[in-house]
Parts: sequence; C-alpha cells; structure tokens
Amino acid sequence: MSSTPWILDASDEPTSTGVPHGKLGIWVFLASEVMLFGSLISSYIVLRLGSTHFIVPPHEFLSVPVAALNTFVLIISSVTMVMALASIQQDDRKGMIMYLIATILCGLIFLGVKTWEYPHKWHEGITIQSGLFGSFYFTMTGLHGLHVIGGIAFNLYILIQGIRGKWSSTHCQRVEYAGIYWHFVDLVWVVLFPLLYLL
Amino acid sequence: METTASHSPAGVHDVHPDLPFVRKYVFSTDHKVIGIQYMITSMLFLLSGFTMMLLMRWQIAYPGTPIPFIGKFLPETMAPGGVMLPEFYNQLGAMHGTIMVFLGVVPLGVAAFGNYVLPLQIGAKDMAFPFLNMLSYWVFLIGGVLMLSSFAMPGGAAQSGWTSYVPLADLAPPGQTMWLIAMTFIITSSLFGAINFIVTTLNLRAKGMTWMRLPFFVWCQFVTAVLLVLAFPVLQGGALLQLMDRVAHANFFIPANLIFGGAPVERPGGGNPLLWQHLFWFLAHPEVYVLLLPEFGIVAEIIANGTRKPLFGYKELVISACGIGVLSFVVWAHHMFLSGMRTDVTKFFTITTMIISIPSVMVLTCFLLSLRGGSIHFNLPMLFALAFLPLFGIGGLTGLPLGFTPTDIYLHDTYYVIGHFHYVVVTGSLIALFGGLYFWFPKMFGRHMNQRLGKIHFWISVTAMNGIFFPMLIQGMSGVLRRQFDPTAQIHNHPTLILNKVMTISALILALGQIVFIVNFFYSLFKGKEAQSNPWNATTLDWAACPSPPPHGNFTQDIAVHRGPYEYSVPNHKTDWSPQHVPDQQLVKS
Repeated sequence: MSSTPWILDASDEPTSTGVPHGKLGIWVFLASEVMLFGSLISSYIVLRLGSTHFIVPPHEFLSVPVAALNTFVLIISSVTMVMALASIQQDDRKGMIMYLIATILCGLIFLGVKTWEYPHKWHEGITIQSGLFGSFYFTMTGLHGLHVIGGIAFNLYILIQGIRGKWSSTHCQRVEYAGIYWHFVDLVWVVLFPLLYLL
Repeated sequence: METTASHSPAGVHDVHPDLPFVRKYVFSTDHKVIGIQYMITSMLFLLSGFTMMLLMRWQIAYPGTPIPFIGKFLPETMAPGGVMLPEFYNQLGAMHGTIMVFLGVVPLGVAAFGNYVLPLQIGAKDMAFPFLNMLSYWVFLIGGVLMLSSFAMPGGAAQSGWTSYVPLADLAPPGQTMWLIAMTFIITSSLFGAINFIVTTLNLRAKGMTWMRLPFFVWCQFVTAVLLVLAFPVLQGGALLQLMDRVAHANFFIPANLIFGGAPVERPGGGNPLLWQHLFWFLAHPEVYVLLLPEFGIVAEIIANGTRKPLFGYKELVISACGIGVLSFVVWAHHMFLSGMRTDVTKFFTITTMIISIPSVMVLTCFLLSLRGGSIHFNLPMLFALAFLPLFGIGGLTGLPLGFTPTDIYLHDTYYVIGHFHYVVVTGSLIALFGGLYFWFPKMFGRHMNQRLGKIHFWISVTAMNGIFFPMLIQGMSGVLRRQFDPTAQIHNHPTLILNKVMTISALILALGQIVFIVNFFYSLFKGKEAQSNPWNATTLDWAACPSPPPHGNFTQDIAVHRGPYEYSVPNHKTDWSPQHVPDQQLVKS
C-alpha cells in the first residue's frame, strides 16, 4: 500500500475476480451516472411528449451546425483517447502525450463552443426561465458540461503524470480509467445532441 | 468468477509506521474506525430525530399547551411562549423523516455495520478504496450538519415533508434549498460507500470464500449497495431539477397557471408535479429495502449463532435477497395510488407489490424455521432478533392493504401508513440494529455490554414502541389524517384523541429506555466485562479469525476458507461451532 492515498488506487495484489479494483470501481460509478442522466433524459421525454406547454424552438434558433461540429469534436476526442491508451500500451510515451493533448484540446474546443452558444441562446430568448425547453436544455447540457470539465481534469492529471514518466505498458491502468470515463462523457453527448437539437 | 485470490502473506503489506492521532482516529482510512465513526454519528442523528418526534408528539397530544422544559429555550420563530407554531411543526415533521431515514437508520445499518463487519467477514484487510471510504464519511458528515443547520435558515428548515412534494417544495422558504444541497452531499457519500462495498465484495474475498460461502450479512450488504448505486442517482437527478426550479426559476415541476398563496406564479410553467413523485419514489422504494436488507443480514447472523444450528434455507435467503433487490425497482408507484393514476397502471403496481411480498415472507419464514430444533441461547442479541420476527411481521403484513388500490385509497395519508412503516423501520430495522450493536460491541471495543441494563433497555423499548405504533394503526383505520398540526380541528378525530396521549406517554417512556442504553454504552465502553476474541462461539471470520478488537490489517494469519458460514453443531466435530477458516482435520474428534 503506497503512503499516498489515491482515490482509485491501483493495487498490485491479485483480486478475487482478476479485474483491478479501479476498473470495477469506475464501471460501478458509470452505472450510477447512467441512472443520473437516465433520470433527466426520461424526465425530458415525459414532459416533451406529455406537456402541452413544451414548445420546441425552431431549428434555426438552435444552431444545429455548431452543435454538430461539437459532436464531431467529441467523437474525434474519443478516438484520440483510444490512441493515447494504445500508444502507452506499446510503451510509446511521446505518442501518448501527443494524443492526450489532442483529447484535452478537443474537450476545450467543446467547452469554448458552448460558451459561445449559451449567450447566443439567451439572445434568441431561450433561457432557463423561458419555458420547459430552455429549462431542460440548460440543465442537461450544463450537467454534461460539468462532466466534460471533470473529464478534462482527469485527463490533465494523466497527462502531467505521463510527462513525468509515470505510465508504462505494464502500469497504465489509470490511463484506461480516464479513457473509460471520457468515452462515457462523449456517449452522453451523442444521446443529448439528437434529443435536444434534432428531434 | 469463482476463482478467488491468494493474498500475499500477512505482515508484508502491513508495515505501517505509527500514525499520528489525527490520522489514526479522525481522518482514518481504516474501515473499522470509519465504521465506528459512522455508528456514533448516526446514533447522534437518531437521537436528534427522536427528540424532534417528542416535540411533535407533545403538540399532537396536548395541542396549544407550552412544551415543558424545552419550550422556553425555543426562539420566537419556532414556539412563542413555548407553544409550537404550525410552521415549526411542519419543519420538525420533514426533518424527522429525513434525518431518521437518510442520516440515522441507513448509515447505521449500511455504513456503520457494513463498514465494520463486511471486510472482516469476507477475510479482507480493508475496503478496496480506503481513501474513498474516509471521504464518504466526511461528505456524509457535512451533509448531516448542513441538514441540521437548516433550522437556522430564514423561514426555518425544509417543511414540505421528507418527500418534498412539488410545487409546494418549489416555492417553500430557503430551508428547502438547503435540504436539496444537504441531500446532494448525502447521496454523494452513499455513492462512494456503495462503490466500495460492491468492489470489496467482488474483489477482496479470501481464498476459498466462494459466493455461496458468504455470510448472509454480506449478501444483504451487497444487494443494498447495488440498490444505492442504481436508485440514489435518480433522486439526485430529481433534486437537481428541483434545485433549478428554486434557484434558477426553471419550470420542471411548476404547472401552468399555478396560484400560490393567493397570487399567480409569474412563470411560463408547463411542468409536471407528478414527475417529482415518480423520481422521488423511484429512489425511495428501493430505499425501503436499503432500510431493511442490512437488518435481515444482522438478524441472520444472530439467529444462526443463537440457535447453534445452520440457518434454514441459506440458498432461499440469498435468492430472496436478490429477488427483493430486483423487484424493488418496479413497485415505486404504489406510493402514488392517490395521484389519480389510470387503473391499468395501478394494476401493474399492485401485482408487483404483491410479488415482492413473497421474497420478504420467504426471508421471515426461513428465520422462523431456523429456530425449530435449535438450542436457543437467550442472550441479549438473540432477544432483539427474536423480537424482530413478530414485530417486523406486523410491519410487513400491515403493508399488504396498502399495496391494493381499493384499501390504499382509504388508508393512504392516514396514521395507518405511519403505523405501518414505523413497525417496519423501528420495531423491525431499529430493533435489529440494536441487536447488532449488542452482538458486535465486544468485537468493536473488546468489552461486553452490560446484560442487566441491556435487558431493561430491551423490555422498555419493545413495550414502548408498540405503545406508540399500534394506536396509530387504530387511528388510521378510523380516518385520522397524517401531517396534521392540531388533531382536535376535525370532528371525526375526536373518538380516538385519547390514543394520542397513550402514544406520547409511550414515546416518553421510550426516551427513558434509551437513556438506559446510552448509560450502558459508555459504562461498557470503559468498565464492561472484557471479551474474548470469539465470545459468542461464532463460525464467521469476523469472530473466529481475528482478535477483538481486530488490529490494523485485521488478520494476524493468512485466511483460507474451507466451509459455509453457518456450520454449527456439526456431528463428529470437537466443538459445536466449526469456524470457516479451520481445516477439517483440526476439527474432527480424534
């Protein structure tokens, strides 16, 4: 047991299932995240289909092309995240660092586009108070945005430790955990994009 | 799945320098210390929730009269001249429910006993994520303190009931915002704890500890953790929506054209208040089983030990626990039959509710049949476990009429419901938790609790609890509504008004009984009879394989498990208990 307490400590001890603690832990955590976003998404569906006051703004107000760009950016970032893990698994540390930087950049581009998009929506009269669509739009994308920030922070930690040479082909579980989390964040957006923009 | 790990030799991993006091007892990552921290904190919360209930009971039995002793210390905003205000009564009601469920019984059953006992029973040195475990406790404590401090908010604490029904809760004074924030902390803490329990049970079982050799307690904790991981985030989602409604003026739960306090609410609205009820009960019905399953586990351990024979139907118990876990996700809307639900929907939920009563009855039947042919030792934990069986039975059976729509529509929102769930949670869960406390106290502190004081505590508690909750069933059937500040206001309440005095006096007697317990707890902590490592002659690893209290790292030798958890009175064995970790050849009579 190392003296520094890490939240997801990768123990070298063999486990009963053969799967490391951290990996099981992150999957259980994601199960709870699925339920969290699931509750919001099902609330959205219930009110969208059930409330006569649910007014969906016309598509041109929603800046669909920009959101599509954002979707594309996040999917790219998932690919680069996979490449980062694949690189370190072949002990290619430089490649991992490069791909991690690309992943983080994609996350930042996503957030940057969002900071342009929010005031744009307010301009069009879509706010959290203006009606049910606005309430859902800002709550769901806001919560997802917080998750993106969390993912970027996680990736940044992996990057800094990577630059310091902490990861290798035999010791890269946390790179994988960061990847699992990042893919989940992307996946949520892939569900939110059609729900909030296209339908 | 059944391949179990071989741990590195004990001692290699446990080279710990002597930690400073703060790291050892305050910010500790040791599951035993965290378990005891949770235990003491949750018992304090239980006491505070109980005190709130005493204040409310005084108001119900003697409406409009000053509260004795405490009344004059309460500020003008709560009880001017010692006489309780209706708003304060509502705050007490909401906080009593919230504190008892989320800060009292669940942390005591899951976090305290689970943390302390589960790693010991599976032969683990600690939880899978010790740091996360510590974080879980501190986040929980922040949530609890925020929840209690919300009484100091302008307008007082949350007052829309522990269910926080909207749109009332959306437009309530700021105490409700504090409730939502505190709940976020509590949910986060329970998520950390549940992840830990699941991963620990999956990954840290000792060599030979297969799934069907796990003590029933571990099974119960495991299912509970799964419920917490999957159900609590849904309330978190609901709480987020309500928070947005309150803070950012969103419209999720605000219906169109809402009139509140005689004035129209200036919001576009269109939201659906019933949505909150669905989100809330999607958590809160599994939560009922979170309140119960760990206690089933505790009772199973005590009964097997106290009857000196294997538990009847171990496999059936495991199947029941898992069945309860799955079914608890599809029964939630039976809390909402009054909301004007379509009959085909109520049919579905009536049927699922009837189905879930089957595994619950299976558990109780297995416990009852376990008693048959045993040589019952009437020690203190066993008294509590035996009292659990009929009293939980009343709680469960009084629940059946609430699962059927025709009877539920009459009984819902009356005291019958209060009587029912208090029979489940107090005479069921809490009695089992007390039993667990008397059972594991020697393991936790190396000393026995005083038997005589314990028996006084037992008889006072069981009698007084029935004195409080049985009259509620009678009142409910005669139509007395719950959540009423002044029962004299309605004429149909008058025939049963006298029962309110019975209940209030019983509650005061119950309070006296708990003083006996508190005295016993501290007396035994320092002066109690010293305990051996296995004072109950139990078979599970927590008793048989480690000293009392266990050292850091728990076990002094390597653990390999050779048999099931409840091998008592095995023919041809030297003792009437056969510990899980001792090989056969050491046990067989020569």
